[in-house]
Amino acid sequence: MTPAGAGKVLPPGRYGMSGLLRSEWTKLRSIRSTMWTLGLTIVVGTGIGALATAETRAHWSSMSLGSRLSFDPTGTSLAGAFFGQLTIGILGVLVMSGEYGTGTIRATFSAAPRRPLVLVAKAAVFGVVALVVAEVVAFLSFFLGQVLLSAPATHATLGSPGALRAVAGSGLYLCAIGLFALGLATIIRHTAGAISAFVGVLLVLPIIVRALPSSIEPEIERFLPDHIGGAIISLHMGDAFSPWIGLLLLCGYAALALVIGGVLLVRRDA
Amino acid sequence: MIEAKGLTKHYGTKVAVDQLSFEVQPGVVTGFLGPNGSGKSTTMRMIMGLDAPNAGDVTVNGRHYHDLPWPLHEVGALLEAKAIHPGRSARAHLQMLAETNHVGLGRVDEVLETVGLSSVAGQRAGKFSLGMSQRLGIAAALLGDPEVLLFDEPVNGLDPDGIRWVRNLLKGLARQGRTVFVSSHLMSEMALTADEVVIIGKGRLIAQVPTAELIAQSSQRFVRVRSPEIAKLRAALDRDGATTVLEDDGSLSVRGLDEIAIGELAGRIPVVLHELSPQSASLEEAFMELTEESIEYHGAPATSTSEKRAGA
Repeated sequence: MTPAGAGKVLPPGRYGMSGLLRSEWTKLRSIRSTMWTLGLTIVVGTGIGALATAETRAHWSSMSLGSRLSFDPTGTSLAGAFFGQLTIGILGVLVMSGEYGTGTIRATFSAAPRRPLVLVAKAAVFGVVALVVAEVVAFLSFFLGQVLLSAPATHATLGSPGALRAVAGSGLYLCAIGLFALGLATIIRHTAGAISAFVGVLLVLPIIVRALPSSIEPEIERFLPDHIGGAIISLHMGDAFSPWIGLLLLCGYAALALVIGGVLLVRRDA
Repeated sequence: MIEAKGLTKHYGTKVAVDQLSFEVQPGVVTGFLGPNGSGKSTTMRMIMGLDAPNAGDVTVNGRHYHDLPWPLHEVGALLEAKAIHPGRSARAHLQMLAETNHVGLGRVDEVLETVGLSSVAGQRAGKFSLGMSQRLGIAAALLGDPEVLLFDEPVNGLDPDGIRWVRNLLKGLARQGRTVFVSSHLMSEMALTADEVVIIGKGRLIAQVPTAELIAQSSQRFVRVRSPEIAKLRAALDRDGATTVLEDDGSLSVRGLDEIAIGELAGRIPVVLHELSPQSASLEEAFMELTEESIEYHGAPATSTSEKRAGA
């Protein structure tokens, strides 16, 4: 205990990124549901890929020649990414909205009043965790899927054209989707609202776009996150953006959501 | 030390805090008193930099909260007890706060011990009672061993033992030379804890006074007089400028003259006295008197018909 009248001796410098990163890591792993969700993403994500490939192998002999020729072993093994984008996106929402919902945000901002710094630390920690988990799902799914696709079914190796890009890309895709969701939650602040918005952009928007006149539909559809994801994961996706352009665009969406969220974070009362 | 100057906060058209200026000094417990909805919590959030004022300024140790290099080492606050993620353990909650400001993890166990939560440190905060949550909130406030401490209604939900514990804790922190600012709508609690009070009503400053002075200066302070010749004494008191009220039990309540002056006057008349006793009002009464004008809803005051103001 320092007798306060004389003035307490403070550590040199100022609180900053290193402390905030550690704090965000503690926050993330101290909630049991977060860890469950990440575990579920790996198990179910890999499981869906395994099911999809095993199912193809089982019906290989009855498939038409055309289907056999256009069969994409890499994309099929990565089918779990479509489940993973939901769990990782929802986790991205909860990482931020959970603080607002419980009021923890006020303790957080009392400890670290420079709010954009908190957002950067949160996005960095969540982004790395999401990327690691998503890459684990991707590589696990790919290898498991290729084992299940035994001859005579077509199967791929990482050396096959576009395979490595699709596998690594699907992890990057999920990470970008998660950060986009985190940005949405920073803007919206409420869990239910942010999850609705996220699911709306990911799943409902494509349905609406597909109902548009065919003269403009493809031009708009290629900008949708799920379409970009499809182009990254599968080998043939028509008039979609090329995988890396799409990924860049998606990172742009995430950055935009995070920047808007960051500006609002500073302007609004906590 | 906390300094607020002309602090003002609107929510839409409603003014929550209006031109509020006050100072909170180190070494004493300063009570922040006001009815519910008078702007206490809003003011505390502005001190903590969580809500931005529409006008005015507030500093802690001469700095805006935003500019503090190590916020937790300088200011500790309990704002809402239940502002804890229910899925996180008490220890993890404190750990994630400690890490932001490079507070050692040994300190986490220390404050858990201080507030008596060591045995449940690993349990999820969602299972905590309101009283336990208050203790966890207090532990968080103490975490960085700060010189300035803010507590918003810290005794809410605590049992009598807990209330006594908080009271002693606050006094102890002030004795160590810290600045202790504690809000409450319970005047009786503040009478026991606070050395000084900042009183607000409808977001405006009503008074900042030492607690003892508030009670002493209150017009509720009066002298009860009993005498077999009460009418004669009353006439003399009225002539001397006192305000007298004849109570139902036959006693006379005298305001404006103290017991010495009344006794001497009685001796000069002379009138026999059966009782001459100074009555001090509770802080509660003093507070009610001060905030009568500012509280938004209150019942019509009961007026005594036997009241007579001499020289009015």
